[in-house]
Amino acid sequence: MTAQEQTHKVRDITVRLWRDGGGAALVYLHGSAGYPGWLPFFARLAEKFEVVVPEHPGFGKSDNPAWVRNVGDVAMYYLDFLDGLAAQRVHLVGHSLGGWIAAELAVRNCSRLATLTLIAPAGIRVKGVPSGDNFIWSPEEAIRNLYYDQSFAEQRLAQVPSEEEADLLLTNRFMAAKLGWEPRWFNPGLERWLHRITVPTLVLWGAEDKYLPSRYAQAWGAQVPDVMVDMIPECGHMPLVEKAEATADKILGFLAGRRQ
Amino acid sequence: MKFTFFHLMPYRPLDMVERHKHRAGWVLLPNALYDPVKGAEEYQSYLDQLTYAEELGFDVIAVNEHHQTAYGLMPAPNLIASALIQRTKRAKIAIVGRALPLVNNPVNIAEEFAMLDNLSKGRIITGFVRGIGNEYHATGINPYFSHERFQEAHDLIVAAWSRPGPFSFEGEQYNLRYVNCWPRPYQTPHPPIWIPSMGSSETIRWAAAPERKYTFLVTFSGRDLVARYLNLYRDQAKDYGYEASGDQLGWASPVYVAETDERAKEEARDGMESLFNDFLAVPWEMLMPPGYTSLSSMKNTMRMRKALGAQKRHSLEDLMASGTVVVGSPQTVRDELARLRDVTGANNLVTMLQFGVLNDELTRRNMELFASEVMPHLRD
Repeated sequence: MTAQEQTHKVRDITVRLWRDGGGAALVYLHGSAGYPGWLPFFARLAEKFEVVVPEHPGFGKSDNPAWVRNVGDVAMYYLDFLDGLAAQRVHLVGHSLGGWIAAELAVRNCSRLATLTLIAPAGIRVKGVPSGDNFIWSPEEAIRNLYYDQSFAEQRLAQVPSEEEADLLLTNRFMAAKLGWEPRWFNPGLERWLHRITVPTLVLWGAEDKYLPSRYAQAWGAQVPDVMVDMIPECGHMPLVEKAEATADKILGFLAGRRQ
Repeated sequence: MKFTFFHLMPYRPLDMVERHKHRAGWVLLPNALYDPVKGAEEYQSYLDQLTYAEELGFDVIAVNEHHQTAYGLMPAPNLIASALIQRTKRAKIAIVGRALPLVNNPVNIAEEFAMLDNLSKGRIITGFVRGIGNEYHATGINPYFSHERFQEAHDLIVAAWSRPGPFSFEGEQYNLRYVNCWPRPYQTPHPPIWIPSMGSSETIRWAAAPERKYTFLVTFSGRDLVARYLNLYRDQAKDYGYEASGDQLGWASPVYVAETDERAKEEARDGMESLFNDFLAVPWEMLMPPGYTSLSSMKNTMRMRKALGAQKRHSLEDLMASGTVVVGSPQTVRDELARLRDVTGANNLVTMLQFGVLNDELTRRNMELFASEVMPHLRD
């Protein structure tokens, strides 16, 4: 099952968006590598929810307005996006950079959210525990360091991207640098405002994450008021790929328990 | 022609076996490999060489800025320029350049250059650069905003030099309530500005604009690229409605002269090969951080790179064949340089006569031979 690609316009920005399933809306915000394709993880969530996966402004083929200069701007864009999406509150899920955007959105305004799920989110810093430097790693290292189980990395490395795919990867890398280069993958102000997240929150982390160490999960756990932290063993930075079923089930379980 | 003696000040005692255990000679190269006792001697030698260049008749002596690297020991090139002012009388002193986007208040650069210009009574030539990609890893500055920061910093520095202060500067990257450069520069309206570049068309268009007419230097490129970029500048100037003068054009090249071609190659080989393979070589991710160039030029560069295949070691012969370096007898060197001068009309030659691990003795001989056997033949 594959979702249909659509375009979606909010104010002056048109983005690509993929959508499938039915029921309450679940919006997924992707990480710094861009839209990952319609993963089995999404298909599983779409059995219970209407899964909506937008491509962030500046990524892939979405518009790149000059005024988007930092993650806060992207978060404000998504508040506009949610206003136009559905009358009901949505379940917001974000991975890595997408988790950071989701958290920035939530500290600004939770009124459109039913729940918040953060999978290995960027956005805060734990002193003495640096994030991995994906900008200095070689392409091979960057892929290897995503996964605990290296067979996933081997599979990725065996695929040679087409010219068009390579261009999109580069576009995404540019945008990732724009948003995450300095300070590297965090906003010093965000941690001070995490108490503003007033919806039930699930934090999921791969125990062996080499991009954002799982030690960060504790910091989120300590600062977000209504939070559950769940660690996924033998898993790197891509739980939605490496442990797709377990990750989807944890999210479904969390949402079932919190269903309004 | 006018002749510049340019120095990078590499750290020659670098343990090359250790060096190649690391990704690059930059950023992640442990500074435990720097021995201050040996390093202090390096500074001494290099200052002596720069001073000697004035004695030999070079018009300009020049230094530049790099960070966290054995490739060049000048994270603060203005300190060297200051020392050179005290040691020299006549030669112009060029700092080509300071990397503008790397600082958080460009007025500091305006102030330092203005001080140097006063200290030297107007012998300073400034250079504005963005720094190579590695610098963005070294400083943490976001490469995505490199161009924007460069443009704004340039506007701010030139204004600080030439507009009556105090005034306010309102930019996207820099916001300053009070800009009031004390001291003002010695030269009016300000010291010359040189733009060393690898030759992006955006930079050429910008540097050639009638309100700037900055001297454009193509650095470390093969002779075909040097000719192409300098002629692009000429064409651009024509589009703007004027004829570019030779003083607006130049190129930079490592040069080695000895009595015969064979001897020159033998003596230059280690220095040239270490410059390109040990000191300068860096992985793509370090050299080209995302946003450092426009998306379209990055795509083109990546395609070119893919077509070329894996990066191999540069041999002296490769470097000579492409004209990236000029090595040979006085006649060979004269001919090669004159040819490039004639096809480009460029009037500035920036020589690098110490390169890589080239030792003091060979450097001095190279400088002397260049000054006595090459320079006079290419003078106007």
